Amino acid sequence: MSQATIRIPTPLRPFTGGAAEVHVEGSTVAQALDALGLRHRGILDRVLGSDGRVRGFVNIYLGETNVKTLGGLDVPLPDAAIISIVPAVAGGAS
Amino acid sequence: MNEKLVSQTPALRLPPRVLDELKRTARLGYPHEVCGLLIGREDESSTRVDRMTQAGNLSTDRLADRYTLDPDDFQAADTAARRDGLDVVGIWHTHPDHPPRPSRTDLEAAWKGYTYVILSVGREGVAETRAWRLAGSEFVEQSIEEKTP
Repeated sequence: MSQATIRIPTPLRPFTGGAAEVHVEGSTVAQALDALGLRHRGILDRVLGSDGRVRGFVNIYLGETNVKTLGGLDVPLPDAAIISIVPAVAGGAS
Repeated sequence: MNEKLVSQTPALRLPPRVLDELKRTARLGYPHEVCGLLIGREDESSTRVDRMTQAGNLSTDRLADRYTLDPDDFQAADTAARRDGLDVVGIWHTHPDHPPRPSRTDLEAAWKGYTYVILSVGREGVAETRAWRLAGSEFVEQSIEEKTP
């Protein structure tokens, strides 16, 4: 098991009591997110779909790398990993 | 779409130097939509902006009326903000030749908790800048106070 810090974006902080970071343990990014969900009920519904995949309107980063390019959520965690939940931002004039 | 200025909505404190940088970036990006992040702090009474960043627009097929903010740029800006004890507090983008009101596309992709600054830009530069926040299922306007922190 590795120690990881999960960075929480402002829109999801109501789920963490306002905390900007949550410290968890896990061997993979998926396990770390599961630990986050156990501690802060409801937050994972905003991050993962019912199939366990990352929802289309968020991105998960391990360090500075989108986990999409690392093979997904089962990527092993290095010690002292930083995981970021990054909102997908889009829109337009019309 | 209903648009209201709700007194409970925290004011947006936007220093003139940041507003000037937003307008300059918007003008340089015209006629394409350009976008980025607002970095600062938020409390119950106000959203304070310390600086802006520009992000890449990954929307390549509708350059004039769509934006998809590059998540790599979001991640980099968020890392830098946290290092300085700040947060991503909002998103800015331009509406080339359109008013600075949220579109249906803006509404569908909006996150509650962020300020959305929209700059209406044309050939002559920025005509109008307005700020919005999601409240329930609609946007409400946020007053802009041009103040230096």
